[in-house]
Amino acid sequence: MTGSVAGGHASSAAVMTALQAVGIQRAAWLLLAFPLAGAAILLLSGKRTNSWGHLVGVAMPVLAFCYGVAAFIAMLGYPASQRARDMTLFTWINVGRFHVTIGLLLDPLSISFVLLITGIGSLIHIFAVGYMSHDPERRRFFGYMNLFVAAMLLLVVADNYLALYVGWEGVGLASYLLIGFWQYKPTAATAAKKAFIANRVGDAGLSLAIMLMFATFGSVTFLGVFPAAGGASHTVQTALGLLLLLGACGKSAQLPLQSWLLDAMEGPTPVSALIHAATMVTAGVYLIVRSNPIFNLSPDARLAVTVVGAATLLFGAIIGAAKDDIKKALAGSTMSQIGYMTLAAGLGPAGYAFAIAHLLAHGFFKAGLFLGAGSVKHEMNDEVDMRRFGGLAKIMPITFVTFLFGYLAIIGVPPFSGFFSKDPIIEAAFDKGGASGAILGSAALLGAGITAFYMTRVMFMTFAGERRWEENAHPHEAPSVMTWPMIVLAVGSLGAGGFLILDNRLVTFLAPVVGTPPASHGIFTAPAIASLALVAAGAAIAWAMYGRREVPVRAPAGRFATVAARKDLYGDAINESVLMRPGQWLTRLSVYFDNRGLDGLVNTLAAAMGGTSGRLRRLQTGFVRSYAAAMFLGAVLLVGALLLVKI
Amino acid sequence: MVSPAHYVALSVILFVIGAVGVLVRRNAIVIFMCVELMLNAVNLAFVAFARMHGNLDGQVIAFFVMVVAAAEVVVGLAILTSIFRTRRSASVDDASLLKY
Repeated sequence: MTGSVAGGHASSAAVMTALQAVGIQRAAWLLLAFPLAGAAILLLSGKRTNSWGHLVGVAMPVLAFCYGVAAFIAMLGYPASQRARDMTLFTWINVGRFHVTIGLLLDPLSISFVLLITGIGSLIHIFAVGYMSHDPERRRFFGYMNLFVAAMLLLVVADNYLALYVGWEGVGLASYLLIGFWQYKPTAATAAKKAFIANRVGDAGLSLAIMLMFATFGSVTFLGVFPAAGGASHTVQTALGLLLLLGACGKSAQLPLQSWLLDAMEGPTPVSALIHAATMVTAGVYLIVRSNPIFNLSPDARLAVTVVGAATLLFGAIIGAAKDDIKKALAGSTMSQIGYMTLAAGLGPAGYAFAIAHLLAHGFFKAGLFLGAGSVKHEMNDEVDMRRFGGLAKIMPITFVTFLFGYLAIIGVPPFSGFFSKDPIIEAAFDKGGASGAILGSAALLGAGITAFYMTRVMFMTFAGERRWEENAHPHEAPSVMTWPMIVLAVGSLGAGGFLILDNRLVTFLAPVVGTPPASHGIFTAPAIASLALVAAGAAIAWAMYGRREVPVRAPAGRFATVAARKDLYGDAINESVLMRPGQWLTRLSVYFDNRGLDGLVNTLAAAMGGTSGRLRRLQTGFVRSYAAAMFLGAVLLVGALLLVKI
Repeated sequence: MVSPAHYVALSVILFVIGAVGVLVRRNAIVIFMCVELMLNAVNLAFVAFARMHGNLDGQVIAFFVMVVAAAEVVVGLAILTSIFRTRRSASVDDASLLKY
């Protein structure tokens, strides 16, 4: 471990305390009640609500957002050290030493997520009204979406790991239902199962972490675990960190559990937006940042987090650069951007706040990009192949401009969001010092360049150049119910990053929870300028390949790297050969052993019994006199034995 | 003088005759009579021992045995009658359906 982080511990790490919630914050359960009620109404009432169900579905996250804003304003009224407010709802489990209460914790970290989830979530719900208007199952869709929001809100406001785990599983369930929403498509059904199974692997990590916490500290609440974490052995601290990281990898689609994210594009586009911007993939980053007192204690676990983050950010970017499916290109970019957040979260107090800042900024521009992609897809008869797009800028000006804002934000052009939120991460990675800092920082820089390449590629292939549409495509601008959310998100893509980072607004706000990073070196630092140069280079290469030249409708064969990236860098092949095949062999072996070994033993025993009794039963001849003879013989033997014993 | 040993010897002879009859005869009525012979052989032994000991215990048991024998004959003959009605035979070897 190196200088800045090591020295920073004692002074910069936050101490977790919480006061009782008072006033409006006592109603924090409303956050969960609104979307849950929406889900219950929509899913239980059946066809009766088909005509107005989507209005309920939109109203509930909006109401939750309104409450979130009110609670946020109330929080701003408290001094910084008293902003963590806890309230106990009820006792859930009370068995022996195991005592779990369901409580809600409103602190700067959870309220940031609440505002992101409900705010972006509401916009996506509004967009979905238009996007799903032709779908006969729109009511069910909104029911699932509300369930998704409710589960995610429980995940972020829970004050203990067990309730967090309930939300965590709820998110997994809702994502399964939504990715497989068009379950009559075999690909969608498979993708839903894949997402669920990949998530289960991560969930196992989280549940083991919770069990280890209870075994070590006798508590699963944040307030019980964090102060005690320092007293645990180094092994336990590292094990906890690694198990939590495994959980985070599952939900946040980080290596090695990344494979589900690209297939998850089978869901309706608003779902992709919700999964990628507001819920689900952010949960892993939340888990790591929330558990910062544990990660602060274990440099090894933090190193693992940074390695995972850096590897994933390159992995996702490379995949994104080769995909012709606009949604999959964006999915690769999500993987990559979450990789940045994970990398930042692994840097310790130097990076937690920047991870959250990037997460919030990413929420705006990624939701905007996905809604833009959804809008294009909606107008192009559900076509997602960018080689069949082209020249859409003039046809869909609002979609184009909002998408452009998201594009400029994600590649990090000043003064858009991504520039402010991504560069502190690169800078913090370099500041880690030593060889690891240089490698991580270089990976993040390189990732920025690749990001610029593939996003520019998406822009050119979709909006510029010749029209390569199918004959029956008649695109026009999306209805206003879809464009307005995109416009709001575009404004966020422009302003969110700067607003959060400049003046250290978010850093100061989060300091009571995650500690303070070392002072910033300013905005236009050496890494920032290097990243801008790489971004310009990436964009220029993309322009040379896709803007200047004609884009062929049929994808060229491509060289080795392109082919590999199109196949998700063989993620599925690796899973198949490393996990699936040996797993199948294992089951076959088990079945064989079961049939021949266990069943054989039992069957042999049964056959022996059967054979013996078949022979013994011949004694029952049915002749009364033979029975009588047997009785006499028995009696004589008995009497003889008695006489023998007596004498 | 007739000693208890004589009575016991007679009892054993009668019992063995009865037992052999039960085992070798096929006719159910004869088997019944042989069973009665065995029971009465035992009764004889009981009464002889009661006389020898000078108390009434053995005689009381003999009465019990007679009562049981009477009850047994009632039930047995009823079964025998119904078997004879259905099968036209009183041979116990013919009634051998209840087997493996």
